[in-house]
Amino acid sequence: MDNALFDLLDYAVYGTAILVMLIGIYGALAKKSLLKIVIGLSVSDSGLNMLIVAIGYLKGGTAPIFSPGYLDGTNKLMVDPVPQALVLTAIVIGFGVTAVALALVIRLYRHHGTLNIDEIKNLKW
Amino acid sequence: MKKILIILLLAGLGFYIATTYTGIGFGEPHFKHGVKDTYLKQTVQSLHVANTVTAIVVNFRGFDTLGEVTVLFLAVTALGSILYKKRHEVGVRSVLFSSSSIVTAGSKLLFPAIILLGAYVFIHGHLTPGGGFQGGVIIATGFLLMLLAYRNYSVSHIILSIVESIAGITFAGIGLLGLIYGETFLQNFLPVGVLNNVFSGGIIPIIYIAVGFKVAAELTGVIYTILHEKGESNG
Amino acid sequence: MIYFILILFLMILMIAAAIYSVYQKDLMYATIGTGIVSLALSILFYLLQAPDVALTEAAIGAALTTIIFVIAIRNTIRYEGDD
Repeated sequence: MDNALFDLLDYAVYGTAILVMLIGIYGALAKKSLLKIVIGLSVSDSGLNMLIVAIGYLKGGTAPIFSPGYLDGTNKLMVDPVPQALVLTAIVIGFGVTAVALALVIRLYRHHGTLNIDEIKNLKW
Repeated sequence: MKKILIILLLAGLGFYIATTYTGIGFGEPHFKHGVKDTYLKQTVQSLHVANTVTAIVVNFRGFDTLGEVTVLFLAVTALGSILYKKRHEVGVRSVLFSSSSIVTAGSKLLFPAIILLGAYVFIHGHLTPGGGFQGGVIIATGFLLMLLAYRNYSVSHIILSIVESIAGITFAGIGLLGLIYGETFLQNFLPVGVLNNVFSGGIIPIIYIAVGFKVAAELTGVIYTILHEKGESNG
Repeated sequence: MIYFILILFLMILMIAAAIYSVYQKDLMYATIGTGIVSLALSILFYLLQAPDVALTEAAIGAALTTIIFVIAIRNTIRYEGDD
C-alpha cells in the first residue's frame, strides 16, 4: 500500500516541477501586462529549480553534509551535491535578473504611462 | 486564437520534457560515472570540509562563483543606471503612513539578532547548511526591515561600495595567491584543520565570508535604490 | 504516511498558487501567490535533502522577491487591464 503511494509520488515530483514551469511560461507568453510577464518568468524559474534538484535526489540518501558521527556509521548513501550547488547560484542570479527587469518596467511606465505591451508602440525612449 | 497556439506549444514542450524524465526515473542512482563520488571523497579526505555543497561552490567550481558574484555586481550597477536620478531629486521617500511605535521598537530589537544570524550562517558555511549567499541575503533582509520601519533610515552608498570592493578584492586576491603558491586559480594553500572544526577547510571560510559581505552590500544597495524610487502617480 | 500527505499537500499548494498568481488581475494578490510558491518550494527542497538550497530559496524567494515586486507595483499601477 505504502509502496504504491510512493510510486505515485515519484511521478508527482517531476510532474509538479514541469507543470509549474509550463504555467509560468504560459503567463509570460499570454499576458499583456509587463509586470505579469515578470511574475510568470519568476514562477517558471521556481519550477526549473525544483526540476534540477529533483534529478539529484536519491532514495534513502541524506543531505551531503558530513556530521561528526557519519564516518563510522552505517548509512553511506548521499544525494547528489552538484545540482544543489548549481541551483544555489541560479537562485541568486534569478533575483538579480528579476530586480533589473522590474527596474526596466518602472522606467517604461514612467515614460509611457502604461504597462500594456500592445500600447507601447514606439521603441524610442 | 493566440492562447490556443500558446497552449499547443506548451503541450508539445511538456510532452517532450515528460517523456525525457520518465526515462530518467526519480530517486535512482542514474549518474554512475558522474563526478559525485569523487567530490564526496575529496571533500572529506583532502579538504576536511563537512558541507559538500560549500566545497563545490567555493573550491571545485570557485571560478564559476567569481563569475556569479560579478554578474550580481553588474545587476546592481545596471539597476542604479536604469533608475538614475539627479542628485537634488533624491529626497525622503514617499511613505503614506509612518510606522507605529510597536513596529519601530520591535525592529530595533530584532535588527542585531538578524545581523547575528546572518553572520553565523556565513561563518559556519562549511560546517552546517548555509554560506555566503544565504548569510548575505539574511543581512540584507535585516536592513530591509529597518528601511521599512523608519522613514528616515538611510544607508551610505560610499560605505556599501567600499565593503563590496574590499570583499571582491579579497576573493580575487586569494584566488591569485592560490595561483602563486599552488598550481591553479583558487587552489587551497592554507593548512586544512580537523574535520568539523570552525578553523578548517583552508581558504574556504575566508572566501565565503568575503562572499557574504559582498552579497549583503549588493542586495542592500538593490533594496535601497528601488525603495527610494518615487513614482509619479502616487508618490 | 504523514510524509506522503505533507509532500502531496505542498505540491498541490504550489500548483494552485502558481495558477492563482498567473490568473489574478490584482497584481498585489498575484505577488503574494509567487511568495506562496517560493515558500512551498523551500519546504520541498528541505524534504528533497537540499537544506542549502532551501535556506536560499526561503530568504530570496519568499522575502526579497516579494518585497521588490511590491515596491515595483507601488511605483506603477496595481491592476492588470483586460486583454
